Amino acid sequence: MEYLELTLAKHPFFQGLPEKYIKHIAGMAIILKFDSDHILFKAGDDADKFYLVIKGKVSIETNAPPKGSITIQTVEDGEILGWSWIVAPYKYRFGAKTLVKSEIIVIDGFELRAECKKDHWLGYELMTRMVVAVAARLEQTRLLALDVYGQKRR
Amino acid sequence: MQESTNKPEIAVADPMVPALYRVDSYIKESYDTFTIGLRPSGQENDRATDWAQHHSQPGQFNMLYVFGKGEVPISISAGASGSRLLTHTTRDVGSVTKAMFALKVGDTIGVRGPFGNNWPLESAKGKDVVLVAGGIGLAPLRPVILEILARRAEFGRVILLYGARSPRDIIFKEDLKKWKGQPGVIVYITVDRGSSAWHGSVGVVTRLITQVRFDPENTVAMICGPEIMMHFTVEALKQRGMKGDDIYVSMERNMKCAVGFCGHCQFGPHFICKDGPVFTYDSLSSLFKIPEI
Repeated sequence: MEYLELTLAKHPFFQGLPEKYIKHIAGMAIILKFDSDHILFKAGDDADKFYLVIKGKVSIETNAPPKGSITIQTVEDGEILGWSWIVAPYKYRFGAKTLVKSEIIVIDGFELRAECKKDHWLGYELMTRMVVAVAARLEQTRLLALDVYGQKRR
Repeated sequence: MQESTNKPEIAVADPMVPALYRVDSYIKESYDTFTIGLRPSGQENDRATDWAQHHSQPGQFNMLYVFGKGEVPISISAGASGSRLLTHTTRDVGSVTKAMFALKVGDTIGVRGPFGNNWPLESAKGKDVVLVAGGIGLAPLRPVILEILARRAEFGRVILLYGARSPRDIIFKEDLKKWKGQPGVIVYITVDRGSSAWHGSVGVVTRLITQVRFDPENTVAMICGPEIMMHFTVEALKQRGMKGDDIYVSMERNMKCAVGFCGHCQFGPHFICKDGPVFTYDSLSSLFKIPEI
């Protein structure tokens, strides 16, 4: 396997995926290095890419006037960024910006979505993996909503 | 294996009578959290101080009495290896801690204790240690870190995962910086709500568990924070392959007498003040699911 394929295969999201799919997805992917404060996408942009963080830290942000830009969550080593590429209307709902120098696998979301439609085994497998990631985020978001460290009580 | 039997073999002369201490140092950790260092207020209390300072174990607590206001249980935030003073860190959250927040150096306070059992440091010898703290829960774990650093060669990797509400709620900032620089010590901090100036992690502390390397077969985990946070932390540690009897939690209840008489802190068959506050998660797991208690 080439470096890109090896890196894809090692990423937790793709771990255990058959080699033929890794090779195929590698053909739609590139590894990019970003400096800190690089805007990967803004809310409302076409969701044409699927990001997998190899190393680094990316903030998922939204603009909340008058507070300005607020980080909702950070995405770090071994995590995925963005599922809007597979969810209609294929627009990013939040923005994303690197907080530190980051190395990220960037996959063409249009191509990967088309491949998932064509090959249902791959589509089901990736959707299953995506649901695991989304469920974990939902659980984390619910915990955040509980505000467990709380306010003062008197 | 439950190690809440690790009680220091010290008899309390009269556990219901507070000894007088003087505030010797006062550090504001954040806008609502503070650390007080206490010293005996007079010659007659020297023996009590020696006992409290030198025989308290990481994880134990004292009952601190602000005269005219009331008494509250507060964890010891530095053991003998971390401070020459009897040290407590707490938040200004109620009427007694509000009065404590307003104390000044030289003021007098009553102290009963130390009470309760301790973190299982001896069981952790030769193993990796994962410490997960949420909010003010870092205070009872601080003596563990200080003790491990004082006896560094006896332990494996030390991983501290600390979650706070926001960057301004982070406590022990200087300590965290120092600990990060220690060999074999990994410190990850995350906040629930970021700010424009914060370039660290944002998200729940449980998320960090997937990002750190440790040997689940040879690790002891100690967790302190809100119960719901501890519950999800345990789940995440178990998903990493840890066994429930290697995972310890520190429980908080409304302790009053601190010696198992009054029943205020009863949690199922346990008195948190006497049988705890440190338990293996497995010994409490069924109780966590009963909302009535």
